[in-house]
Amino acid sequence: MLVLAFDTATPAVTAALHDGSRVLAESTTIDARRHGELLAPAIERVLGDSGATLRDVTAIVAGTGPGPYTGLRVGLMTATALATTAGVPALGVCTLDALAYAADMPGPFLVATDARRKEVFWARYGDARTRLDGPRVDRPHDLPGNLPVVGAGGRLYADIIGPSRVSGPDHPSAGALAALAAEHLAGLSPDQARELARVPEGRVDSVEKARELAVLGPARPIYLRRPDAQIPGVPKKVTA
Amino acid sequence: MSSVNEGADMSRPDGPVVLGIETSCDETGVGIVRGHTLLADTIASSMEEHARFGGVVPEVASRAHLEAMTPTVESALAKAGLRFSDIDAVAVTAGPGLAGALLVGVAAAKAYALGLGVPLYGVNHLAAHVAVDQLEHGPLPKPAIALLVSGGHSSLLLVPDVAQDVVSLGSTVDDAAGEAFDKVARVLGLPFPGGPHIDRAAREGSGAAVAFPRGKLDDGTLDFSFSGLKTAVARWVEARVASGETVPVADVAASFQEAVVDVLTRKALQACARYDVKDLLIGGGVAANSRLRALAQERCDAAGVRLRVPRPGLCTDNGAMVAALGSELLAAGVEPSSLEIPADSSLPITAIHV
Repeated sequence: MLVLAFDTATPAVTAALHDGSRVLAESTTIDARRHGELLAPAIERVLGDSGATLRDVTAIVAGTGPGPYTGLRVGLMTATALATTAGVPALGVCTLDALAYAADMPGPFLVATDARRKEVFWARYGDARTRLDGPRVDRPHDLPGNLPVVGAGGRLYADIIGPSRVSGPDHPSAGALAALAAEHLAGLSPDQARELARVPEGRVDSVEKARELAVLGPARPIYLRRPDAQIPGVPKKVTA
Repeated sequence: MSSVNEGADMSRPDGPVVLGIETSCDETGVGIVRGHTLLADTIASSMEEHARFGGVVPEVASRAHLEAMTPTVESALAKAGLRFSDIDAVAVTAGPGLAGALLVGVAAAKAYALGLGVPLYGVNHLAAHVAVDQLEHGPLPKPAIALLVSGGHSSLLLVPDVAQDVVSLGSTVDDAAGEAFDKVARVLGLPFPGGPHIDRAAREGSGAAVAFPRGKLDDGTLDFSFSGLKTAVARWVEARVASGETVPVADVAASFQEAVVDVLTRKALQACARYDVKDLLIGGGVAANSRLRALAQERCDAAGVRLRVPRPGLCTDNGAMVAALGSELLAAGVEPSSLEIPADSSLPITAIHV
């Protein structure tokens, strides 16, 4: 097994290669504005650092967000296009799941990332591998309970949620994303992996899909918000 | 990889195959060319999703590009009877255009180039509009003047060499010509996008019915302005409505359209005269307008200028134009782009490739 994983749903542009038992190479750069410029070179770098080529890769896994859309799409478009040229499945893992896995907390906790507009993307976990609720988008003071909050969303709003709840890494790492995906891929045949990657006919509600709690799915974005657009009324008058 | 970069022979039937990707606005365009031969031109449009908003919504367009890219590429390959392994280079619109929309195409192109181990060419959308004509009418005379008019652009270009040297002579100082069509269509109660509806309505009306203003017509520049015209149309219509009269939609459409194409063609021919160029190319979505084509032909004939207008499907945004410019860059031996190139929403025309 050789998993190429990357995530662009947060300010971290992160890519890694995982052979089923360990991370062979990883590259992470924090730059919220240059996902499109940084990702492809990062992929080249982790392949080069491990002496591997795309021909050796057996699955491509991208973080499906939720995250700011423009950056998020870079990762998912890259995964889908690379996978079609390589003839391997393009799979998706919820970015918050990767953060939860990396945080490796024993008890229940929340993961929250910056959703901009004074909101956070968040989900609730029973342990590092078990999402119980979410992903959702809400204002930070609406986050449930007194659970610790992993991710930059908690740190950003520490004054609202209480500084003592801030915990874990701020951003996801592709190494953790790849390791989590590899755990799940280990039990799957190539055909089963391909079936998981298959995008259903027609457009499905990505929110419903995202909350089905399965870790591996197709490499499709979790948006959680509709596009900002208003249906215009009658044209404005130009004469006073 | 090096063999395709040493100046390809465009006439060879086994020349390099270029995949072109265009996502600067609402069309997901994928084209495949070999030299000057068009092998496939496939488009998925999100226009229907934008129509109810009266304009292109960038986030809606970006989401649609991500959904449409893989099926559009696969359909182009199938149409060309090719496999991924037949692609020798990937070209992509790097700008100008909607930032988020461009980024989906650029990410896809980088991944295809990386996955296939072939060179990447990030190209200029406007230069691609010029290059596409060669797929239909053969090599472009050097130099040529190009008038590019669409919902996002109104530009006059001097084109000594589409792969190496394009000079901006003038552009709109406010609204693009196509944008003016959309806005006037709304005033007249016609659907979005306005261009085809105004063109159709105008056929039943008179272009001389209302004397709408011609912005910047005699100011000595090769720039355009359509914002004042749009406002003048709105004022005229409001005055009619206020006085309880019906609005003669066909006459207003025809008179507005006449004002736009009058300025466009006059300035284009002024550019030809000023630079002593005998070939004029018109491209962009507005080039599909029947009155623009007719008046341009009339005035080119009178001035002894040869007119080239690609068929409507190649005038609107498409992937073939991007592949055509990529093919031109390959033939000129231009260095490929790095995988680090950004999408640049305001890429100047001086950057034919990035």
